[in-house]
Amino acid sequence: MAEIQLKSLAHSYSKNPSGPEDYAIRQMSHVWHNGGAYALLGPSGCGKSTMLNIISGLLQPSEGEVLFDNVKVNELSPKDRNIAQVFQFPVVYDSMTVFDNLAFPLRNAGMPKARINAKVEEIAAILELDNVLHNKAKNLTADEKQKVSMGRGLVRDDVSAILFDEPLTVIDPQLKWRLRRKLKQIHEQFNITMVYVTHDQLEASTFADKIAVMYDGQIVQFGTPRELFENPNHTFVGYFIGSPGMNLIPVQRTETGVEFDNIPLIIHPDLLRHIDASTSSNIKIGIRPEFVYLSNTPSDDTYECQVNYIEDLGTYQIVALELGSRSLLARIDEDQMIEGDTVYIGFPRQWLKLYIDEFLVEGVAE
Amino acid sequence: MNMNKRKGFGITAYIILLMLPIYWLLNMSFKTNQEILGQLTFFPQNFTLANYATIFTDPSWYSGYINSMIYVSINVVITLLVALPAAYAFSRYKFVGDKHLFFWLLSNRMAPPAVFLLPFFQLYSSIGLFDTHIAVALAHCLFNVPLAVWILEGFISGVPKEYDEMAYIDGYSFPKFFVKIFIPMIRSGIGVAAFFAFMFSWVELLLARTLTSVDAQPIGAIMTRTMGASGIDWGVLAAAGVLTILPGLLVVWFVRNHIATGFALGRV
Amino acid sequence: MNKVPNNKAWWLVLPVFILVAFSALIPLMTVVNYSVQDIFGPGQAYFVGTEWFEEVLGNERLQASLGRQFLFSAAVLFIQIPLGIGIALMMPTTGKRASLCLILLAIPLLIPWNVVGTIWQIFGRGDIGLFGWGLNQLGVDYNYTANTGDAWATVLLMDVWHWTPLVALLCYSGLRAIPEAFYQAAEIDRASRWAIFRYIQLPRLKSVLVIAVLLRFMDSFMIYTEPFVLTGGGPGSSTTFLSQTLTTMAIGQFDIGRAAAFSLIYFLIVLLVSWLFFTAITHLDKQK
Repeated sequence: MAEIQLKSLAHSYSKNPSGPEDYAIRQMSHVWHNGGAYALLGPSGCGKSTMLNIISGLLQPSEGEVLFDNVKVNELSPKDRNIAQVFQFPVVYDSMTVFDNLAFPLRNAGMPKARINAKVEEIAAILELDNVLHNKAKNLTADEKQKVSMGRGLVRDDVSAILFDEPLTVIDPQLKWRLRRKLKQIHEQFNITMVYVTHDQLEASTFADKIAVMYDGQIVQFGTPRELFENPNHTFVGYFIGSPGMNLIPVQRTETGVEFDNIPLIIHPDLLRHIDASTSSNIKIGIRPEFVYLSNTPSDDTYECQVNYIEDLGTYQIVALELGSRSLLARIDEDQMIEGDTVYIGFPRQWLKLYIDEFLVEGVAE
Repeated sequence: MNMNKRKGFGITAYIILLMLPIYWLLNMSFKTNQEILGQLTFFPQNFTLANYATIFTDPSWYSGYINSMIYVSINVVITLLVALPAAYAFSRYKFVGDKHLFFWLLSNRMAPPAVFLLPFFQLYSSIGLFDTHIAVALAHCLFNVPLAVWILEGFISGVPKEYDEMAYIDGYSFPKFFVKIFIPMIRSGIGVAAFFAFMFSWVELLLARTLTSVDAQPIGAIMTRTMGASGIDWGVLAAAGVLTILPGLLVVWFVRNHIATGFALGRV
Repeated sequence: MNKVPNNKAWWLVLPVFILVAFSALIPLMTVVNYSVQDIFGPGQAYFVGTEWFEEVLGNERLQASLGRQFLFSAAVLFIQIPLGIGIALMMPTTGKRASLCLILLAIPLLIPWNVVGTIWQIFGRGDIGLFGWGLNQLGVDYNYTANTGDAWATVLLMDVWHWTPLVALLCYSGLRAIPEAFYQAAEIDRASRWAIFRYIQLPRLKSVLVIAVLLRFMDSFMIYTEPFVLTGGGPGSSTTFLSQTLTTMAIGQFDIGRAAAFSLIYFLIVLLVSWLFFTAITHLDKQK
């Protein structure tokens, strides 16, 4: 078990990167603490798998350092890093039985036979593979194969960390949920550092204590699911987390506040000072659909707004609105009634976020 | 990376050993017989093209190359023409006796050419094809056609059947579909099959020599002539040998990017 | 792939059928016909039943030739298959170096067989050949035209030189077909170099190895041109293999009945051994 530290890490697949767009991972630093259950969340192509392969040692980073318990491991092979990794698509050694597959990493490490048997049977029981244990791996179903792949990582309880690269992609939903529970269970039992790559926010938040959101080769936010939801650090996090994602509207500075389409918005004076201190014209406000205040009657700080449509999703409703030329979404309880084509919306101050150059600004600017 | 260095060293050593006999042949082809028989030299001391000149000026020499080229080309064309539809049939349809037919075809690859020498000689003599290019080309079909059917079947099975069905829906007739859509799709397979057909036809001598005497005599048979009254003309023999390597080199250059997939024969 | 039952497909295979039937069935029938007759001249033939077969099977010269043939094919397989796998494992996987390697490796396969014989005939000579001269310089008493052991070694070496590239190229294609993910998983599982070979590469090479073993067995069992040019079957008859014995019998001595019976037995042996190899290897897979 180990603490994994990435120091000014960057990686490019091209030999002579000419600009930031050539980098799969842009320069970043990050620490995965010992024994944590983490998720690495992001859309496909954001560099998640690249980062995983760099941690495991399948890939040499072009810049920066990887440290395990403060020891630099850049030059070490996966074998010497003692790390387990489960891949997106099942890799089973099809000439071997399920048992031999699971025993393979242990045999390679020269573990005594009796311990191998005990360990393999333990993991096979957890993954419900005991009834196919002596079948050839070649003839298994896709999800059994993936369970075997995962099992090969899980049998090793002495590893520095287990890395999962979207391990449940090929598994059907029912089983997905059960396997995720099992992973969680194994994590609690053995207390191994686990990093779980996924593009599914639900999967990330049910598995992990803390989620790292990755975008464009960088970790843009690292926090608990709640932090990511309530205080997205970056417009991408706002947009990517939550269902539907955050409403984001480009705005301009006015004398008293900000406005868009000639609709003035009042925001906190501290935030205004941030805008004044910045030279950027890329200013956005963001608010989650859940926090948009909706009423059938007007009041001081509400705006009249047109209702485009309402989508009833059972436990809640999504209201599509039009304010100025902008579309907005609001999420309301199933029992709240909307009457007519016009509603009045408000943006509660504590939930109205300000983004300059896509990053969140908070508190008082110097 | 120590491992990679060792590998690189190993493969380099192997390739040097592999090229050594060919280098020696090449070396000899630029020497005079005097030098060859006089003293062993690693490079020609009196560099000469006389051996090659002999071959290129004497019709009884160079006609051998032309004959070989002709029957090899005929063989490749016939092989592809008959093997393509058959491979398609084996890959797409079930029909009476298909499996037996397929194995029977392949079993012909296992027939020693020596077994067919005499009957071939008699067969082609009796129908007046003896000493013609077509006779050799047909004889070589015996082992090239089964191989080509087998290779092409592998490649065709790699093309999803939906393409065929889509073409029918789009109103293509079968021949039109086959020529316009299907053949371009299995281009590399055809290239590989042609490569193997060329290879086995070009290197074979036993049948080619038996079925010809003068008009269609292959270069391999002509090369035995260098054993004249005054002993073997080593220089010309070496030059003739070098010239037989060149067509193969040319062909392999063309398919160099398909060799790896080619030797997988469309399966694996 | 699901195949559609359709007997009209016979029309597509008909050309192949006619062509191969013409060049295989008719000659084969001729051979069968000859094998049961004693022919003195045109129109003078007598049915002799299985006499030729009995004679051929009891013929000591043929038995000796058959023995040599099996020894040669066994040696060829034992040397070329492992060597070919080894070379395939050493070959570079990408880039210009890989293409160059492939081209150079393919060259011996594209040289006419008589020229292969010629190349080694020259290369092995003590006076004008680098190989023979080199051995003699090293103090080895080497002469492939006079010494049986040297002749065998040279024929074998020539065949290894000529055909190992085929095994290597087949294995190389097989290795390229293994997805990178398997190597990554093995590295993660801390597999040693040997374990990677034994449990990942070798099982996935099986189908190409079946082809390699069959091709190498068949072709080495039918070898004719190369040793004929190199040693002429000598010294004595030490490197005379089956095809040469048969050719001498059929064309040289025009001993048609005996040659025909011999031909059929020869063909049957190739078929039988190939079938044995094939079933043995595919069976190995089904067990366990």
